[in-house]
Amino acid sequence: MTLQSQNVTYAVRGTTLVHDISIDVIPGQVTAILGPNGAGKSTLLKLLSGEMAPTSGHVMQGGRFVGEMSALQLAQQRAVMPQATSMTFPFVVRDVVALGRAPFRKQSSRRQDNDLVDQAISLADIGHLADRAYPALSGGEKQRVHLARALVQLWGMDNLAEPALTGRGDRYLLLDEPTSGLDVSHQHALLSIARREARDRGAGVLMILHDFNQVTTYADQVAILHRGALVAFGAVSAVMTPAMLSEVFAHPIRAIADPAGGVVLVSQAPNQAF
Amino acid sequence: MIGHHAFLLVAMLLLLMLSVVVSLGVGGADIGVGKVLVHLAHRIGLIGAGVDDFSARVLDSLRLPRILRGVVVGAGLGVSGAVMQSLFRNPIADPGFVGVSASAAFGAVVMIVAGGAVLGSYYSQFGPFAVPVAAFVGAVLATSLIRMLSRQDGHTDAAFMLLIGVAINAIAFAGVGIFTYMANDAELRSLTFWQMGTLSGDGPADMPALAIMTVGILYLVTLGTPLNLFLLGEAEARHLGIDVEKLKRRATVVTALVVGAAVAVSGIIGFVGLVAPHLVRLVTGPDNKMVLPASALGGAIILTLADAIARIIVLPAELPIGLVTGILGGPFFLGLLLREKRRRRI
Repeated sequence: MTLQSQNVTYAVRGTTLVHDISIDVIPGQVTAILGPNGAGKSTLLKLLSGEMAPTSGHVMQGGRFVGEMSALQLAQQRAVMPQATSMTFPFVVRDVVALGRAPFRKQSSRRQDNDLVDQAISLADIGHLADRAYPALSGGEKQRVHLARALVQLWGMDNLAEPALTGRGDRYLLLDEPTSGLDVSHQHALLSIARREARDRGAGVLMILHDFNQVTTYADQVAILHRGALVAFGAVSAVMTPAMLSEVFAHPIRAIADPAGGVVLVSQAPNQAF
Repeated sequence: MIGHHAFLLVAMLLLLMLSVVVSLGVGGADIGVGKVLVHLAHRIGLIGAGVDDFSARVLDSLRLPRILRGVVVGAGLGVSGAVMQSLFRNPIADPGFVGVSASAAFGAVVMIVAGGAVLGSYYSQFGPFAVPVAAFVGAVLATSLIRMLSRQDGHTDAAFMLLIGVAINAIAFAGVGIFTYMANDAELRSLTFWQMGTLSGDGPADMPALAIMTVGILYLVTLGTPLNLFLLGEAEARHLGIDVEKLKRRATVVTALVVGAAVAVSGIIGFVGLVAPHLVRLVTGPDNKMVLPASALGGAIILTLADAIARIIVLPAELPIGLVTGILGGPFFLGLLLREKRRRRI
């Protein structure tokens, strides 16, 4: 069972934002979406999350059409971390995180909610902000709050003391540019959390990233989008070649041996004389 | 947490009962709290002897119905304001500001002035009900229009939505003005009532309107969790399992129903929908599970006290209650804006 787009196209007022894209988000793996600005990355993520309905094609989650599932059914199986959300009302951080428990409010106990919220807050490193008003936070801090909120939703009815989820169906975590407002150490913390949710707890993780080396380090497979079309989709090692990236991003990109081991992808200034 | 919240709701309920008793005691005939308590105790069978006949009649047929009207209308306006602020995701939304009250009044005024011509001989039969129905239709049309005009590509811009509401408000008030200009003397008297607000009206449609409001209020106070999620954003609420379109449709229709019925009973009473939720949030924070029921109670308390003031401040006459809430609410709103301004600067 996967979360998959089957030949999805999305057009609005004559402009095609996403054209005929088929990808799979596989449980236990991290799938990255990469591409220049305006390539249709966020649109594809919104189609996969069910936020928007494709003009043609289908989105399937766990063998069912996403368009035919209720918002609550979807919410119990996948969590979304959005790019940015503004909120004028001064909820405290802990309460914003606890909103992620809403899809399980009929089943879950107050105690389980509190346990999961505590763990998510400590994972997202926002313990020192827990009693602060959300609107007063910086952009990066807000993103970490939404990471914690997405985690308590993703965990559903799990007991985190158990090693992994079994027999409870697929779970998906979709992250829209999760690292954009974060400092370097929090970027890696977030990416590690995402990878751990996939590897250790079996979630299918999809995230839009911009950093080539983060893709090669944390993702298992990658979809490269360019002008609304899927240019390449497959294992990271096969797709993340300097030739492919240089062409898609219209910018020279080289692979350089890292003295510490492995290879890093670097972008150069376009004009050396400059 | 739960205990703290339940305690606050009980305290507000007691405060409401206290306001009702005080309000029963004051007015043209000074009856006094002591007599009111004796009368109430007598009515519910606690003590055998009641108060004198005159006081009993004033309380039973004049003050009690009017105060109950105030309690229900105040609760309706309070909770509607809180719901609208969440729906618009804007703390300064209020049924008065976004033209829902004015559109309801416009509907009512059209029916008062033109109803006879349109409904002909049926008007005498349906007139009393036609006016509240017209008020409700006006309120629903206004909310639907605001939502329709502010939608683009399936998204609503909350700030834009508020501005559209302001425009609708101006148009509806102009409409009320036009029909006021066309009205004859008898019609003018009932028109003034719609524009300034009063709890003294006692039309035959009162009971159905109050019943509608009560049901609407009981529904709206259950929307705490979905509206909390809505404050995160429409997409986020959807991702968290809320059928967003259904929630918006139901909340706007029921709010329009409650506000329309409130305007039908008492005319335009401004600021209660704004002031009650804000006072509540100062104490409880923004959690709608608490804000919604507490705003209903707060609105009821505010309107009960405002009504008491309206009845004693210009004795032997009485001030329209809309003027009282306006005089008190306007400065309160200014204070709110200034506080917001200071907070943003920091």
